[in-house]
Amino acid sequence: MEQPLDQTTQSTPTAAFRDQPLYQALLLGGACAIVSLLLVVGNLGTHQTIADHLTADKLAMLAQVLPQSYYDNDPLNDTEQLSSPVLSGPATLMLARKDGDITALALQISIAGWGGIIDMIMATTPDGELLGVRIISHKETPGLADKIERPKSDWITGFDGASLANTPEQQWAVQKDGGRFDQFTGATITPRAVVKGVHQGLLLIEQWRQQQPQFQQPSSVAITGNEQEILQ
Amino acid sequence: MNQYRQIFREGMWDNNVAMGQMLALCPLLAVTTSATNGLGMGIASLAVLMITNIMISAVRGVISPQVRIPVLIVLIATVVTMVDMAINAFLHDLYKVLGLFIALIVTNCAIFGRAESFASKQPVHLAAADALSMGLGFTWVLVAVGAMREIIGSGTLFANASLLLGSHFAWLETEVIPHYSGILLAILPPGAFMALGFLIVIKRMIDRRLSSSSNDGLVTIQSHC
Repeated sequence: MEQPLDQTTQSTPTAAFRDQPLYQALLLGGACAIVSLLLVVGNLGTHQTIADHLTADKLAMLAQVLPQSYYDNDPLNDTEQLSSPVLSGPATLMLARKDGDITALALQISIAGWGGIIDMIMATTPDGELLGVRIISHKETPGLADKIERPKSDWITGFDGASLANTPEQQWAVQKDGGRFDQFTGATITPRAVVKGVHQGLLLIEQWRQQQPQFQQPSSVAITGNEQEILQ
Repeated sequence: MNQYRQIFREGMWDNNVAMGQMLALCPLLAVTTSATNGLGMGIASLAVLMITNIMISAVRGVISPQVRIPVLIVLIATVVTMVDMAINAFLHDLYKVLGLFIALIVTNCAIFGRAESFASKQPVHLAAADALSMGLGFTWVLVAVGAMREIIGSGTLFANASLLLGSHFAWLETEVIPHYSGILLAILPPGAFMALGFLIVIKRMIDRRLSSSSNDGLVTIQSHC
């Protein structure tokens, strides 16, 4: 079906000039210059809006685990960095305060799943009881392991109310491994990773609490020797 | 008019991006775990193809054959980046669903293939028609492969379509086989190769039947890129 090549190759640049190396260089350089300019303009025009959206997304994510009624400060900017070798990156602890007192703790962590890093956020009461856990992003098999996402399944709400105090260490596992949390058919590695991440997050929070003067009262959970090892 | 009919025939069937030209298989195999994902990828590719085809056809007189490939690549990458930024900034809810697909379009050699073999040689209106036809042809194959894998793999069809298309399309979400635990293979990457393979077999069988049973001047057009 090829039509006769459109010969109206507008005689703007004459055929002879078009074959010159100079023309090729100018064309390539010009194209790159125009394109760079476009990208700069596009980036300037959008980066603030995009950053605002990302902050709003973060706040919305935080709101799912930590109702706005818990705090009157800006937890996204009242943070501390924690770290653990088990996690795939630094963990960000966000402090929710009301009238200056800590009312809840939110922790954003990332842990290695099946297909890549799973980012999640969890919130606990000051006593270390989970208010909720949500997955922020992941690269697990779609249609199979993405049941860890909230709109697709209720699985993640199974963590609500759990704490180091009411769930002994060996229970922090999927049922297949003798723990208290469900796995789903066909995917075990993903829920295992999430359970491990949540457990590790709680341990980090507990460790942090014990370093804070306002929590110096002996906590209800004593970190066992084994858990201490995990933390190191 | 006949020209347009020919262009649409090429895009939808004879020289279909995925089944005729065998291009864009990377995004096709990667995202088609459900019909909804296929549709999302199809829409995103269609939009980008439309912009790049029109743009490249408009500047075709300036681009010299010797450096056309780097120039086309730079243009296409820019369009994809700009579309990505614009959707992220101004249609943020859509971006949360389509974001993954837009970045994958950079790996979509069908866009470059159409720029190289069609848009850089044809006037703008034909390039636009070609983009529409190739884009729709790619979309239907994506949805078909996605639907096959989704039905076999999880027993549903268009699951989570309302996240992509809005709540008006919640009726699309159907449970084809209730209480079905699913065949994992269909969801995993090998399932994508098998589903696409079966589709191509079916297309070839239909083509063969058509060409042997009719002598009315129907000529199979060989793929050329």
